[in-house]
Amino acid sequence: MDFTIPEDIKHMQDLTRRFVKEEVLPREEEIEERDEIPEDIVKKLKELGFFGVTIPKEYGGLGIGTLGWSIMNIELGKGHPAIGGFLSLNNGTGWRGLYLYGREDQKQKYLPGVASGDIITAFGLTEPEAGSDAANIQTHADKEGDNYVINGRKHFISNGPIADLVTVMVVTDKAKRARGGISAFLVEKGTSGFRPGQTHRKMGNKGAQQSELIFEDCVVPASNMVGQLGDGFKVAMCTLDETRLTVLAGAVGMAERCMEMSRDYAKMRVQFGKPIAEFQAIQWMLADMATEIYASKMMLYNAAWRYDQGERITREAAMFKLYASEMVCRCADRALQIHGGMGYMKELPIERIYRDARLLRIVDGTSEIQKLIIAKDILKEG
Amino acid sequence: MNIVCCIKQVPDTATVIKIDPEEKHIQREGITYIVSPYDEFAVEEALQIKEKLGDTTVTVVTMGPERAKEALRQCFAMGADEGYHLVDDAFDDSDTYATATTLAAAIKKIDFDLIICGKHAVDGDTSQVGAQVAELLDIPQVSMIMKEEINDDKKTAVVNRQLEGGEEVLEVQLPSLWTCQKGLNEPRYPTLKGIMGTKKKPITDFTVSDLGLSPEEVGLLGSKTDVSKMYPPPPRLPGRIVEGEPEEAVKELAKLLREEAKVI
Repeated sequence: MDFTIPEDIKHMQDLTRRFVKEEVLPREEEIEERDEIPEDIVKKLKELGFFGVTIPKEYGGLGIGTLGWSIMNIELGKGHPAIGGFLSLNNGTGWRGLYLYGREDQKQKYLPGVASGDIITAFGLTEPEAGSDAANIQTHADKEGDNYVINGRKHFISNGPIADLVTVMVVTDKAKRARGGISAFLVEKGTSGFRPGQTHRKMGNKGAQQSELIFEDCVVPASNMVGQLGDGFKVAMCTLDETRLTVLAGAVGMAERCMEMSRDYAKMRVQFGKPIAEFQAIQWMLADMATEIYASKMMLYNAAWRYDQGERITREAAMFKLYASEMVCRCADRALQIHGGMGYMKELPIERIYRDARLLRIVDGTSEIQKLIIAKDILKEG
Repeated sequence: MNIVCCIKQVPDTATVIKIDPEEKHIQREGITYIVSPYDEFAVEEALQIKEKLGDTTVTVVTMGPERAKEALRQCFAMGADEGYHLVDDAFDDSDTYATATTLAAAIKKIDFDLIICGKHAVDGDTSQVGAQVAELLDIPQVSMIMKEEINDDKKTAVVNRQLEGGEEVLEVQLPSLWTCQKGLNEPRYPTLKGIMGTKKKPITDFTVSDLGLSPEEVGLLGSKTDVSKMYPPPPRLPGRIVEGEPEEAVKELAKLLREEAKVI
């Protein structure tokens, strides 16, 4: 087993770390307060090539695998998580279905723009009646001649208000549903009958834009379908294994920041005449954080590497997603405890990380859904 | 044009330096390395000249152990075209003169119109190597440049160099050697695509025999100075507040500055 990070990926990790330190951290409060990523940061990310890390070279990307992108996303997680979340759509979730199931002309049309960041993507699955029960979507498309007419409402859609291209899952056969009754369509911004709805106000995850997507007699050509009629649920599910790895890589970075801040603070903060780092109560929390971070990282490296080798890693992705999301919540909680009253104040990013971490046990499949996925995979055996 | 940049791999400026027990070297364990920041100014300036003039090759040259190739590749990721790595155990423990001798011997083998260096490396802090290379190659040198413009004839350039409280404007012939001061430019980030392309760019290794030098001319043997001892600066003492009424306190302060600190 060779766990050495290849030199080019190490340099990308260094660049990402430097970008976070120099460009993101000085402005994390601004991102939080304005609830958006400043345009000049987006422009720099575009120039440096951050939007097309995972897109194959033939479509204008860098063709770096899931392991490389995950390692970069750990670093992005140490800044403000809005950046990693935003980039993750164009580095996987927003186009993986199109890439795996779409036609060559569709890929040629969209992927180079996705890689450059000129096309911002979104993934439209979740609806008010379809969260964990994703197959229960109500948005539907009816065939009329060479077109489909889409009606319905999505919500909690990341990049919803700003996306140029959405891969949207709709019901095309109510009787079949997940078994061939759901299809995926590409819908461009500005298509008649399609608009983003209300932008959601959230507990945390500031700077990331989530909204409703509203379809009212939205007419799209049949040629915008991704894959065949009824492939939609497959298209949706195939993106999720990868998403669970790369998005939760950010959680590892968040946890590392919690640990590093706690370590530095504990060495500096004097109570009862000595730095609190000398008290076992604090040492145990630091040790727990470091151990759990290490475990998460090893799970991530292994699963991401195997995914890049073409292995099916549904169970491992669910395990990592479950563990890393719960781990980062524990680390944020311990960091807050070590910092005491200071940690509760807005002056430090810990209260923000505490709120942001909580989302991760819900997004991309709740912890409970991950356990169902893992259990189902176990029970298939034997 | 062919521009050669001399660069050095140095410990990250954020590293806490520890001295080894022999008090001759710093401890290498656990150190992360970077391209010396002033050398990044040199590479950036060379790339800006390339972008302006076109048809220019930016070559980076470094002396150092095997790991120094990583520094060359960091410059490739920014946009440099090719690299030379002066790598040989015989080069170990070179002082500035031995380093300059080695660099100058290598640069003689490269076609160049201009050499750009950082004004100093942030590890040894000597500021000597650039000047010594220029002398050994017998070409003009301009140190601590803040601005440059190559004239249309490409045989001369106008260069501003920093002085205490002002700048000096010089016209200089090419080929010449310039060293870069902070403020000359803002080094770019390497792009991710640039990082991907670094493996395709050529690095040529030069050993002591490749350079036509004898082992006595390089490394410790070729050095004019010898490190007798290396030690960290004494820890800084905490400040002191002189209490009391202003009139009395000022008197006391003046007395302390004269008698204890001995600065007035």
